[in-house]
Amino acid sequence: MTDLARLEPIPVPDKGPEAVSVAPERSVLFTFVRTFVENRLAAMGAVLMIGIVLFCFVGPLLYHTDQVDTNLLKVNLAPGPGGPLGSDNNGFDILGRLMYGGRTSLEISFAVASVVTVMGATYGAVAGYLGGAWDVVMMRLVDIGLSMPVVFLFILVSRIYHPSKGLLILLLALTVWFVPARLIRGETLTLRTREYVAAARTMGARSSRLIFRHIVPNSAGTIIVNATFQVADAIIVLATLEFLGFSLPPPTATWGGMLSDGSQFLQDGYWWEVYPALLAIVVTVVAVNFVGDALRDAFDVRLRRR
Amino acid sequence: MASFVLRRAAQAVVVLLGVTFVIFALEQLAPGSPAREVLGIKATPLAIATFDKAYGLNRSFLIQYVQFLDHLVHGNLGFSWKQNRTVDSLVVAQLPRDLLLVGLSIALALVIAIPIGILQAVRRNSAFDYGATGLSFLLYSMPPYIPGLLAISLFAVRFQVLPSEAPQGASALDLLTHPAGLILPVLTLTLVSYASFSRYVRSSAIACLEQEYILTARTKGLRRSAILSRHVLRNSLCPVVTLVGLALPQILTAGLVAEYLFNFQGVGLEYYNAAVDGDFPVMVAITVLVAAATVLGSLAADVAYAALDPRVRLA
Repeated sequence: MTDLARLEPIPVPDKGPEAVSVAPERSVLFTFVRTFVENRLAAMGAVLMIGIVLFCFVGPLLYHTDQVDTNLLKVNLAPGPGGPLGSDNNGFDILGRLMYGGRTSLEISFAVASVVTVMGATYGAVAGYLGGAWDVVMMRLVDIGLSMPVVFLFILVSRIYHPSKGLLILLLALTVWFVPARLIRGETLTLRTREYVAAARTMGARSSRLIFRHIVPNSAGTIIVNATFQVADAIIVLATLEFLGFSLPPPTATWGGMLSDGSQFLQDGYWWEVYPALLAIVVTVVAVNFVGDALRDAFDVRLRRR
Repeated sequence: MASFVLRRAAQAVVVLLGVTFVIFALEQLAPGSPAREVLGIKATPLAIATFDKAYGLNRSFLIQYVQFLDHLVHGNLGFSWKQNRTVDSLVVAQLPRDLLLVGLSIALALVIAIPIGILQAVRRNSAFDYGATGLSFLLYSMPPYIPGLLAISLFAVRFQVLPSEAPQGASALDLLTHPAGLILPVLTLTLVSYASFSRYVRSSAIACLEQEYILTARTKGLRRSAILSRHVLRNSLCPVVTLVGLALPQILTAGLVAEYLFNFQGVGLEYYNAAVDGDFPVMVAITVLVAAATVLGSLAADVAYAALDPRVRLA
């Protein structure tokens, strides 16, 4: 099947080759920290991410709103003294709802990214390590998964089961873990021939030790970078599904739900019901992508050696 | 080349078998049954058993799967009990419109993305590059229905120059006789496809510019325009071919959203309506079709890539 890795945009140093410092092989953590110090976009992305997480998880402690009981006296109020961002068609305060909605959206997307990363990395590493017939069979299964139209499949399944937070996470994870699986498998194919793996094997290490102590840690770069993109993708896919009406039942708030509810009123001029939620989604996805792009450049061996 | 194509085609068949199996298994989990659907809630157990026997629904899962495959191979996509018509007739009626919408949008997106991407690569880190990167980043970071929604409020509501709905009517030809209604759906899908193409075109053109044959061409004194059109354009098209094949599921998803948004009578909207109605045969058939399009798209992309770049065949 087509090799996804071939399609990764080839990273290009922004300031020309001489500006990229020639760093010796350092730990993943070191590369991680250095990226944020040196790359302005990455630093901006990280600061934005921290800001968004604080807004969603600490915000509701400081700014109390009722996001469960509808209030028909406060429907579709413009931003003003009642609420800095106005209220929606159920009378919920928009600013407060952005916080609660962000909580759900972030929880789901981070959970999806973690599950997907663990599943995909383990599967890919095992397939690449075992090689041969195992590899062929395991990767054909991944090809099958990659050919599944995610949103179409999702709609089909959500017709069969009622959506809940756990089911959404499970479904999203089950439909997208193939991408990291394929990436890590590709990485493992080169790692398993390295001297340190051979050395560990000669010392009598079992396969599980080789995979989890040597191969997986050494593909940490690829794994972390992919995890960041998974967060961004999950937010977008969730918002798309919610627009099509396959979402969590009330009173759960999510950014995607706010956006799709609000977009019904866009033509009525209730801009405050659309743009704040849109901004929240776009800023989060952009911030996550900034971090992911920078990390990919940082971990890319081709760039580091130049 | 022939052995490469054969090997790749065999893989595609295996993958298609797997995909149909998963989708068929999912349908079996679906609530309700065709017998209840057709005979109603007061049907006696005997009537239901008779119905199931008549349509082979009482057989074992595997036999039914083989039957399902047999039907698929013979071009029978199933029967919608809710709409009382074959899924084939439904798809045949809607597919031309989709081909027009998706084909036109992909073509337009490529026509826009390739020159812009190459220009970005040539003027790397210029204001133009940052502007174009920023735009595609922004488009990439919003749910795919937002560009369409904003286009509606701008062109259909504010300026009132374009209709907010796709041309309605029984025949696919209505699209061609009322092209104004086609503009916004195509524009939306083009923007979304552009966002997923542009960064790859840019990076592929940059990688190409750093190759030594470009340096050779330059030292030979070849004009800039000749280098760009003869060397850079051709060589950076290779990855783009693969990209279109792989981006197909994403574009079809965006197509579903665009059809829903503009009430565009296509397979995507049919799928949405089927989902709302719980019309499982239609959902299963369309899911299989989209998956098949994905598999064939990636097969076609690989074959085209191998034809363009002989090095791939050896791998």
